[in-house]
Amino acid sequence: MTERVYLFKGFERFWHWTQAALIIFLMVSGFEIHGTYTLFGFEKAVGYHTIAAWSLVGLWVFAIFWHVTTGEWRHYIPTFDKIMVVANYYSSGIFKHEPHPYRPTALSKHNPLQRLTYLGILVLVSPLIWVSGWLYLFYGDWAAWGLGSLPLEWVATAHTIGAFLMLIFFISHVYMVTTGHTVFAHTKAMITGWEEIESSKH
Amino acid sequence: MMQMPNRFVLMACLAGWMGFSALGLAQAQDPKPVKLNTTADHSKFKELQREFATGPEVTKACLSCHTEAAGQIHRTKHWKWEYKNPDTGQLLGKKNVVNNFCISIASNEAACNSCHIGYGWKDASFDFKSEENVDCVVCHDTTGNYKKPSGLAGNVVTKDMEFPAGSGKILKAIDLSKIAQKVGKSSRDTCGACHFNGGGGDGVKHGDMDSSLAAPEKSVDVHMDASGLDFTCGTCHKTSSHDVAGSRYTPTAKDAKGGAHLRGASDNGNPATCVSCHSNVPHKQDARLNQHATKLACQTCHIPEFARGGIATKMNWDWSTAGQRDAKGEHIVRKDAKGHITYESRKGDFVLAENVKPVYVWFNGQVNYTLKTDKLDASADVTRINTLGGSPTDGKSMIWPIKRFGGKQPYDTVNMTLLTPHTAGNDDTGYWKNLEWDKALQAGVKVSGVPYSGQFAFIKTQMDWPITHMVAPKEKALGCVACHAQNGRLAGLTGIYMPGSHTNALLDKLGWGLVLLTLLGVLGHGAIRIISRGKTQGASK
Repeated sequence: MTERVYLFKGFERFWHWTQAALIIFLMVSGFEIHGTYTLFGFEKAVGYHTIAAWSLVGLWVFAIFWHVTTGEWRHYIPTFDKIMVVANYYSSGIFKHEPHPYRPTALSKHNPLQRLTYLGILVLVSPLIWVSGWLYLFYGDWAAWGLGSLPLEWVATAHTIGAFLMLIFFISHVYMVTTGHTVFAHTKAMITGWEEIESSKH
Repeated sequence: MMQMPNRFVLMACLAGWMGFSALGLAQAQDPKPVKLNTTADHSKFKELQREFATGPEVTKACLSCHTEAAGQIHRTKHWKWEYKNPDTGQLLGKKNVVNNFCISIASNEAACNSCHIGYGWKDASFDFKSEENVDCVVCHDTTGNYKKPSGLAGNVVTKDMEFPAGSGKILKAIDLSKIAQKVGKSSRDTCGACHFNGGGGDGVKHGDMDSSLAAPEKSVDVHMDASGLDFTCGTCHKTSSHDVAGSRYTPTAKDAKGGAHLRGASDNGNPATCVSCHSNVPHKQDARLNQHATKLACQTCHIPEFARGGIATKMNWDWSTAGQRDAKGEHIVRKDAKGHITYESRKGDFVLAENVKPVYVWFNGQVNYTLKTDKLDASADVTRINTLGGSPTDGKSMIWPIKRFGGKQPYDTVNMTLLTPHTAGNDDTGYWKNLEWDKALQAGVKVSGVPYSGQFAFIKTQMDWPITHMVAPKEKALGCVACHAQNGRLAGLTGIYMPGSHTNALLDKLGWGLVLLTLLGVLGHGAIRIISRGKTQGASK
């Protein structure tokens, strides 16, 4: 038996998939710029990477506005409540086919582990990528900004660390998507907005 | 109806005849074969309508109108061949420096100084205050017939003469009167007569200057392109009071901040730089290229290679192998497949090259020379004839392309100084005649004043030449991957981090290691899920 909950609103789904596409493309072009492989050619990769980065900035402007005005930002308030229960589920319960201990609702759709993960993305990975990326983009203005003595290598290293962390998140995220009650349940939810949840046995 | 075609034929004939006659009329009205770019036709000046027996006679005629010209010349490097670097205090100029081409002009004046803009500098007795010894014509000739043969100390030949005496070779006289009546602005040919041939032959010394610039194609030099912009040397080397802008002793490595100069204003620096016209932010389409221009000299990307005009430049000159003779005791000359001389008994071994990728260095405009008086460090890998100052952090340096010229030349093993041989000259001590080092060195140092112990050997030397000519069209400028690649062109240059070229190996190992662990983690987790699901399903059955 399953019940359906409307978890992801239209804009949220648009934001998610556009962002996913942009981040994947940024990783592909970014690691080429880094020198890991040749795909588009360095010059084109830089151009594409820059366009994708600015597109993501634009998307975030809308996303931030949306989160603030709708109050949806509350989904990201971190909590340690029941975190061990959720952790226990992923480390053992999931293998015994136990039901997920956290029941998402339209008011609180993220379990405590998700909230912590997204906190990490928001306060660590994103700032690392954004600050270093912006500095990278405006390298020519550093002297005018009084940053003339900042080594480019530091900025590049920070950006690369951010990229690796994002890639690690991406791999984990894609895997976690498969842990719904069916492999594609979560994916379907992010497309339709409706999450199917196994109803708990009373 | 049938008459119509005939009428057309008639009209066409008429129109054709009118056209021809108009052409004839135009020819009659325009007797001047060349476009004059001056307001004075010197052939009309009485002062020049006479025979001239010597160069100085022509100069006197010039000075009768251009009264201050010689005085202006007297103040220039072109005249003095001497320059005191205000930053280093070093006394430089051809009169003083030693290089690793023909080494030194001392004792070789009669030959070398055929490129002096004067008449008769054959030794130290030359009068640098003489006005009539200034050679006006060498820069202002427009006929191409003006010649200053090597060996005559800058003098010209007005009567056929045998030179060297007894050689049977005849130097042809030139008609100074005709030449003087056709003087005009300096040109690529007049500048090039000496500057294309620095080091003793076409393209030898600079690599970015050779006779291909006399009338280059666009691909060789976008500004001098003979069928395009058609710049002369003076278009960039904007000259005022006969003092030609631009210097190899105190080059402008980095222009002051700001846009293009108001060229000609005295406080605006060197008008011969790229920035003086193009400004510091020359790229209209791509801000990222302007960012590059804060660290890279324009030349770095826009002169992808030098010696591109089909004329090879010398890259190495090893004097230590000079002096070999063939079985008959005669001088040897060896050439490569392209006809370039690779060995000459008089000079040693040469390495020549075309389309040369430059070496890249940080350069702040300061050049230090190893002078005749400087002690050499025999333990050094190489003696630097000149050392270009610069660092990634001094705020004054840009990354510049250079030609790095290598050599091996005589030095005094006791005094540890560079030696100056007497090479050119039809005399008993000239090395190029007798191939005897000791005699040549004795004679050379007598003039240069270098102490000579009698003990000499050959030391490895290197000289750096910033590359600034032969600017390619923008389509041929270097692309990103010339540098942004493993082992790109700037590999090995300190103080830069370039994406695509520099990577932190530890960071990459850690990063990819963690990515791999994550991947293994999720795959393991997934595998256990699949296995355990099978078990639970089996159990429920």
